[in-house]
Order: sequence, then structure tokens, then C-alpha cells
Amino acid sequence: MSDYILEMNHIAKIYGNGVVANSDVNFNLKKGEIHALVGENGAGKSTLMKILFGMEQPSRGEIILRGKKTVFSGSKEAIASGIGMVHQHFMLVESFTVAQNIVLGMEPKKGLFVNSEEAVRFTKEMGEKYNLPVEPEEITKNLPVGLKQKVEILKALARGAEILILDEPTAVLTPQETDQLFEELNQLKKQGHTIVFISHKIPEIKQICDRITVMRSGRTIETYLCEDVTEQQISNAIMGCELNTSIERKVKKYGEVNVHVENLSYTDKSGVQILKDISFNVRKGMIFGIAGVQGNGQVELIDILSRKRAVQSGNVTFFNQDISGLNQKTVRELSFGYVPEDRLEQGVASSVAISENMISNDLENNDFQKYGMLDFRKIDEFVNENIKGYEIRCAGGAQPVGMLSGGNMQKVVVARECEHNPDILIAEQPTRGVDVGAAHIIHKKIVQLCEQGSSVLLVSADLAEILKLSDVLAVMYEGEIVAFFESTEGLNEEKLGLYMLGIEKHTLEQMRKAVN
Amino acid sequence: MKGFINLIFSVDFVYSIFRVMTPLLFASMGAVISDIAGVPNIALEGLMLMAAFAGMYFSYLTQSAAVGLLMALLIAITFAGVLAFFTLYYKTNIILGGIALNSLASGGTVFFLYLVANDKGTSVSLASKTLPNIHIPIIENIPILGDILSGHNILTYVSVLAVIFTYYLLKSTDLGYHIRAVGEKKEAAESVGISTIKTQAIALLLSGVMCGFGGAFMSMGYVSWFSRDMLSSRGWIALAAEAMGRQTAIGTAAASLLFGVADAVSNAAAAQGLPSDLVKTIPYLATLIGLAIFSVRIYKKQKEV
Amino acid sequence: MNREKSFNILRTAVAMLAAILVAFVIIILISDQPVQSILIFLLQPFSSGRYLGNIVETAIPLIFSGLSMAVLFQTSLFNLGGEGVYFMAGIVGSIAAIWLKLPIFIFPLLCLMVGAGTGILVMLVPGVLRAKFSANEMVTSLMMNNICYGVGCYVLNNMMRDPAVSTLVSYKYRSAAMLPVIIKGTRVHVGILIAILCAVLVYLFLYKTKWGLQVKATGANAKFAKYSGMNVTKVIIMVHVIAGAVAGCGGIVECLGLHKRFEWTALPGYGFDGAMIAMLANNNPLGVIGAATFVAYLRVGADLVNRFADVPTEMISILQTIIILLISAEKFLHKYKQKWIEKDVQIGEVQNEGVH
Repeated sequence: MSDYILEMNHIAKIYGNGVVANSDVNFNLKKGEIHALVGENGAGKSTLMKILFGMEQPSRGEIILRGKKTVFSGSKEAIASGIGMVHQHFMLVESFTVAQNIVLGMEPKKGLFVNSEEAVRFTKEMGEKYNLPVEPEEITKNLPVGLKQKVEILKALARGAEILILDEPTAVLTPQETDQLFEELNQLKKQGHTIVFISHKIPEIKQICDRITVMRSGRTIETYLCEDVTEQQISNAIMGCELNTSIERKVKKYGEVNVHVENLSYTDKSGVQILKDISFNVRKGMIFGIAGVQGNGQVELIDILSRKRAVQSGNVTFFNQDISGLNQKTVRELSFGYVPEDRLEQGVASSVAISENMISNDLENNDFQKYGMLDFRKIDEFVNENIKGYEIRCAGGAQPVGMLSGGNMQKVVVARECEHNPDILIAEQPTRGVDVGAAHIIHKKIVQLCEQGSSVLLVSADLAEILKLSDVLAVMYEGEIVAFFESTEGLNEEKLGLYMLGIEKHTLEQMRKAVN
Repeated sequence: MKGFINLIFSVDFVYSIFRVMTPLLFASMGAVISDIAGVPNIALEGLMLMAAFAGMYFSYLTQSAAVGLLMALLIAITFAGVLAFFTLYYKTNIILGGIALNSLASGGTVFFLYLVANDKGTSVSLASKTLPNIHIPIIENIPILGDILSGHNILTYVSVLAVIFTYYLLKSTDLGYHIRAVGEKKEAAESVGISTIKTQAIALLLSGVMCGFGGAFMSMGYVSWFSRDMLSSRGWIALAAEAMGRQTAIGTAAASLLFGVADAVSNAAAAQGLPSDLVKTIPYLATLIGLAIFSVRIYKKQKEV
Repeated sequence: MNREKSFNILRTAVAMLAAILVAFVIIILISDQPVQSILIFLLQPFSSGRYLGNIVETAIPLIFSGLSMAVLFQTSLFNLGGEGVYFMAGIVGSIAAIWLKLPIFIFPLLCLMVGAGTGILVMLVPGVLRAKFSANEMVTSLMMNNICYGVGCYVLNNMMRDPAVSTLVSYKYRSAAMLPVIIKGTRVHVGILIAILCAVLVYLFLYKTKWGLQVKATGANAKFAKYSGMNVTKVIIMVHVIAGAVAGCGGIVECLGLHKRFEWTALPGYGFDGAMIAMLANNNPLGVIGAATFVAYLRVGADLVNRFADVPTEMISILQTIIILLISAEKFLHKYKQKWIEKDVQIGEVQNEGVH
């Protein structure tokens, strides 16, 4: 028994909306190991970790920590027992300084007030101790993603975490940043910390983890020694069957220019130039990929194209028509579709039915009207067809979309944007946080749309995705296009990484080809 | 008209600004604290009304203004607690919870007023007490300034302290940090073991304390009786002040001053014999226009990009 | 997810029951003859045609204000301006009913339109400020209530007041303007039919048209609505226009149906009532009719107890608070719901295993 620092036996968790997130989970940790937890989205990994971290209470089952049966009624107790968690979405108060975030909840005091100098000193000390240098007085909002993650890890360590849970820590990092993270993790391991590493990326897991536990539909399937299994075996265990995720692309045939961006620049409120002289063309029947580390101007570029931000300087046309005078409504009237990155923020209205979410962008369509009212027979037909086509797992079109899992929700978004057959589609991180099965369907549908003659602009930080789908590919770095590839042949993630970090750059002549 | 202008520049008028500002300051500080914590308390109006009633009734029962004040605070805190319980524990929408409390206060106070005073309008038949006015030594002897700054009700001075308290609470105490963290990103606070529910409950209770003072001032300082709906939307005006002050203690106090002036003008104009029905609307018009201008400015700033 | 629906119904029922129980407690504490008082509260409203008529006539303005709030709530707009709209629409509609001269049928119809138009104008102030500049509609609408009241009182005092009467009331309406009684022996007037018609129209609008879908999408997630290509500004203004028109109708219908002159000297309180009724009805326009009837029943009961045992009718506001708090309490009775669901799931698991 004493082999394990932690055992979780027969854990079950049923949520208030009837979702069974965990049904019979067995999970254990040895001291000083890096242990991977893998599974599709909705397999129950996050729930299990929330239970371990005290954020959720299990409906059944027991947790044994250092040989003693333990019940956590909240994160506070889990933290006190030496468990720390770095969440996928950072748990940082953006308006606070780094030091304020580090000491949050355990502020040093001087009389009635918080002792700020002591907080700064403590932060520096912690940074040195764990070899994670941070700038204590910087405002958190202004830090790049990699640094924010460091603050998060430090925050957990400062609270005495011995077991560290990392929820998809590499999802937002470049290959180079990932390497650095792994170095830091190995060091922590040497210092005797135990790490739970949640990830979708199997090669990474092979690289850094000692053991690996696979979850599927709320159950743990098996725990392996990492060196004993191949990547294919892990993948099969995750999926439950072999899945061919390669996508067949028929002959590419480009037509006229549908999207034309010329010398586009953009300066934000605080005077920082976000976009610098961006030019490219997307032709009919082409998937134009834009790769880049998050925060290098992609969001602003898409905001301009989808008419959320003004065209300050430069020229943007869709179908040879200037779009600077259009708004979010009128641009859609040009046959324009957009899969946004953050589905909960603007991609869906959670409390509204699936069917209504699926037609919300096409209400003027006369097919859906009858005597001035909505024709629900026709609408249901359309919706049911898509539920089938996209394999959306739901209780029917009338179900509120918020009850679906992330992957299924994203399918609803993609179905809405693709199935009204837009001639231009912008897909922004279309499979972020989505499991392999759903991602495959989404990829297939995007390719299909392109083959029907639409222009697709794909913006993604997921390099595997962008290499798989793109016909032509540009890299953005600090608001500029720094590389352009006429085909993705011979490219790999490492090579792209060099451009994404600004280490290498194409010649102007090469980049001018993006306009052709 | 000339008399009116003379009045506005008189010492009495400036003095009256402080007087009418008192409940606004209390309520708007309550609004700041609760809003920063992510639980905007819109029941300020109702909480103050209940506190006003409690202050009047218990000071009448015990013939002690101090007990009246204590009970006013207690009632406001209790009902702020009810709001906290329902919104944090039962997950009632905070806005709807606020609406419910306001309607409870508006009808409930009349209900009890009728039971104790056999009157649905005012409590003048009950001899209740008022809180004392304070004369500040030295300052009261300075000409003009002394007349303006000295001799106010004790709660008027407390209301200034409330602003200072709110400012330092949020800026440099650990509770203030927790309140800000919970309001800005409650997951972050939870992840380090700060209880959202506890912190938000404290914020709501603090706003209850503010309303207790504000209400007590109305029935035991501003006037010496209770009358139905006597807050006349001051709780709502405080919310507007908080929005215009951008959730900061100082900015909100400044906005409250603006509405205090409007209120004082309205009172002065009514005293001059201008049509009272119309003159009474001045504070509301001022709030409406103020909020409109403020919103338009924010909108334009955002649009410039 | 039928569980969800039946659970909502259960919660509503429990809230209604709790309100009645609290009424019992209040009556027991105050009344000298508690048993009799409770019986009066519960049963007397059903004892005669006249009292039943009272329920219906009380329900009429409640239906209008409930509808108006339901539309706003569906858009997640917390506008409490119904009060001011009722008052102002009453004043302006009354002016028409006093001084115009038109034949029957057309006259009340015109008065209704005047009332609705006034309601639209009043609501447009918070509506436009919210839609265009995101000014907090709750604060602005409450300010409008006070402004409407002040301006209305001024007009009433200085232009409409009938000097022949000692109390503050207007001149008499022309009889052709008034809404006819439709059930003899009661005061139930044509307004009930107008109210039901309104409910049906609002229902069709919200659930069967593309505009209704836009309203719901805007209410659920305004960013989503905008991104989908909806004109959110227009939707918010449209919703305020509808809410204003419905509430304005309610105001003038109440005046022309029940009174012979304009008699309000304070805000009538229907704005807040509307909020509660919309919540009882889960913002469904057809449900509003039922919810308004229930609240009307409570009122008539409370009124009868008041006459019998001197329990102030303001008791109602305490009951209303309980209804609002309990209905909007998502976690109220949550334990039972969770147990239900876990039971369902377990049964489901067993069945699934049987299939394998």
C-alpha cells in the first residue's frame, strides 16, 4: 500500500444535470513520478482532478492520501494536504501584480494592512528556490502566456504543493516553450514532487511521463508504464477502437480571389501597433492556414475580417467588395461564415435549444418561413440532418445546447457555420479542447466545404491541425506575416516553430507570393 | 428667481448638500463594496427603508436613539444576510433577489407601520428619537466654514468615514484583496482556497451595514419620523453614482456629491414656491441625464478604436 | 430532460404553497379569529360571482404588466419602468378620454392607442439608452418612474383636476370612451379579452417568429446574437417598444375599465407585480394569464381578510417576496432533484448493463 502517495478508488461523480462524469475510476500516484492522464474530451479527466483538488465532491468512492483516508470538502483542504493544480484556463487575477497573485489567500500582514514589500520578497524567494524566475511587481495582465503559466506553477508550489496537477499545460505553448516547461518539470520531479500531467498530445507524454492512465467515458481503462506502450497503442486505448484520422483531399483547384487583404495595419487603444502591413489572398477552393503563437495579432486580424474592429489602414475586400463599411450583420449577408475560438463566449447561446442555435445565422432564409412565422417542420428537418451528419450526441434538437459536452457543442457551431454554405469561412481554433473523434468530423466538414468551392481561412495554434488541413500556409509573428509556404509538403512542427518564435524569417519576395 | 439664486449661494444651501448627501454616500459605498465582490446589491433602497423603519420604531419603544441605531443596523444586516443566503446558497439571481427585497421593504414597512401606528402614511404619532448633531470645536468658530462643516448629524460624519473605510478596505487589506479577486475572477480565488461564498457574503453584509446607517439617518436625523417609501429612490441614485464613479470609493463619492447638489437644489426650489410636482423630479432627471452622459462618453471612448 | 420541466413546475407549486402558508402565519399572529380569517382568505374569493369577478378584474392589469415584464426578462433586461408607464399612459389616455369626442368602439380603441403610444415613448428612454450606450436600464427606468410620476401629477393638478370634487381626481371620462362590462353583476370589462388577446400575440411573437428567436438569443447571450448577424440594438429597442405598448395598454385599460375618472394619486405598483408574475409564469406569455389569476386570487383574499380582521393588505408584498425568492432560487429543493437524477441514472445504468 505504501507504494502510493495517493490512491483514488471507485470514484463516481454524477452532476446535477444528470451527466455521469465519472462512474468507476481507479487512479493512483507514486511519489516522485510524472503521471499522464489521457482520454477524449468528456472522458472525465477534469472531473477526476477537480475531485482530487477538492473542487467537487465524489458521489461515491474513497481517496487515500499518504495511507490515510481523506475527504476534501474544498480546495482549501486539498491545498493544505499538499495538492496543487494548474488549470487549463489560468486562475490568475489579471489586474493584480504577480506578487499579489502569488500570496493571494495567505497575504503577509503588517497591522491591519497587507505588507506589500514582504509579498514581493517572498515571491522572489520562491522563484529562486524553484528556479522559476518571475517579476513580482509586473501586472499579470501584461505577461505572455508562458510566464503566466510559470506564475501559476509557482503559486501552487508556494503553497507547499507536493502533488502538482497540470491540466493541458502545453496547449497554449510553442514547441520551444514546451521544452522549457519540461525541463522545469523534470527539476521539480528531482526535488521530490509528484506531477499529474493531463494532455491530448501523445508524443509529449511519451517524452516526459513515467506512467500513463487512460480514461474513457467516465472510467479508467488501464494504467501503463510509459516505456511499455507505443503511441498507436495509447491512441487505441483512448479511442476504444482504431480510428483513421487522415483526411483525403481530392484534387485542389483554386479559383478567383475571394478574400483580398492588402497592407492591413492596426493600432490598438494604447497605441501599440498590433498588425503591420499584412497582405494575402485566399482563393476559391483554398484552405489558407495562419499559424502563430497566440497573441501575435491573429485575434485582431480575425476581428477585423469578421467586422468587430475597424479597418484602420489598408484594404480588405471580399468578392472584390470593400468590407470596411460592413458590420457583423451585413458581412454575413455576403455569404460569410465564422467559427469563433471561444464557443461559450459568442459561439452559442447555452440556454437556447440546439435547433435555434443552428439556424441563428440564417433567419432571413425564406425556406424557414411560412406565413411570416417560422416553419418548424422545415427547421427540424435541417437540424436533424445535421445532428446525424455531425454525429452530435444529444437528446434531440430541442435540448439546450449548454447541456452538451464541449466537442458536441463545437459540432453545433461548425454545423451552423458550414451547412448554410458560406463562400468564405473563417475557422479560428476550430478544434481547440475538442476530442479526437469530434476533431476528425470537424476537419472533414471543413475540407468538404472547401472542395465545394468555398474559401477557408484557418487560424490555429494547433500545428498538427494546420499542417494537416492547409493548402497554403502563412506564419504570423508580432503582427507580421514572417513566412509563407505555397504547400505544406516537407514542413513539420519544429520548422514552423522557428518562424513562430521569430528566429527565422522568409524573404520579402517569398512572402509576396501570398498575394498571388 | 433672484431669491432662488441667493439661496443657492447661501451657507444654508451648502450645509444642506452635506445633509442630503449622507444617505447617498452610505448607499453608494454599499454599492461599491458589493459590486466589486461580483454581487451587485440592488436592494440598497429596500434595506435602507427597513433600517429607517427599525430605527424609528425601536427608538420609540426604548426612547433611546442609540438602540434605534443599533436595531436599524441589525435589521439591515439581517436582510442583507437573507439576500446573501438566497443568492449565494440557493443561487437566486442577485438582481431578482434585490427586486424581491425592495418589494418586501416597500410593502412590509407599511404593513408594520399600520400595525404599530395605525397609519399607512407616516409615524408622526409615535414619539421616536433622533441622533444628535455634533458641533466640532474650533472649526465651528471659523466663519462660514464653521457653519457649513460643523453642527451636522453624527451620521453625516460617519458617512465621510465610510468613504475612507471603503477606500482603504479595498486598497490595502487582505479582505479587500479577496473581495476584488472574487469579483474579478472567482475561480482564481477558489483555487487558492478563498471561499467565494464567504467573501461575497461578507461584502453583502458590509453593504448591509452601510444601508443600516443610511436608513437610520433618514428617520433619525434627516427627519424625525418614518414615512412610506421615504427613501424616494435614493438607493437607486446611489447605484447610478456607483456606476459613474467606476466602482471606486472616491469617484463614487464625487458622483454622489453631484446628485446631492441636485437634491439640495430641488429642496431649495420647492421652498421658493416653484411647482412642487415638477421640482421633485430634479434629482431623478439629474441622475438620468448624468447616467446618460456618462454612458455616451464610455461608448464613444470604446468606439474610437 | 423532462425532469427539468417537471422540477420547475414543482418548484413553482412549492413557492405558491409557501406563500399561502406564510399568509396563514401572518393571519394567525394578527387576527383575533385566526381560523375564520384563514377560511375567508382561502375560500371567500370563490363564494360568490361578485368575488370571482373581483379576481378577474384584478387580474387584468396584472396580465398586462406580467406580459410586459416577460418580454423584457426574455431579453435579460431588468427594466422596472412599468410603474411609470402605467401612470403616464393613464394620464395621457385619460386626456383623450375626457376631451375628445368620438363614436363608441373607435373612441376606446383610440384611447388604447394613445396609451400604448405613451407607453412606447416612456419605455424608449431607458430602451434607447440601453441599446445604444449600454446604460443600466434598471436605474434609468426607475428614474423614469419618478419623473413620470412628477410630471403626471403636475398635469393632473393643473389641467385635469375636477374642482367640483374634493379629492384629487380628474374630470369624468366621456361614457363612449369607457370599456363596457361584459359579465352582468360584476365589473369584469372588455379589458380581459384585450389582455388575453395580447397574451396570445406576445406568445406568437416570442415563440413562433424569427424576431422572437432573436429576442431569446439576445437575452441568452448578446455577443452570440451579434456574432450571428442579429442587430442587437434593434432587438433591444423593439423589445422596449413592445413592453411599453403592452404596459401602456394596461394602464389605460385599467382606467377606462374600472374608473370613471383618473384616480391614481400614487404609482400603482404594477411594475414590480409584473416582475413577480413573469417569474411565476417562467416568462411564458400564456403562463402569465394563470400567474396573474393566482396573484389576483391572493389579493382578493387578502382584501376580504382586511375587511374582516384588519390585517393590512400589504401582507401581499411579503407573500410576493417569498414567491420571487423561492422561484428564482435555482438550488431550492436541489437535494431532492439531485436524488431524483441519481436514481434515474442508476436505473439507467442497470438497464444499460442489461442490454450489453
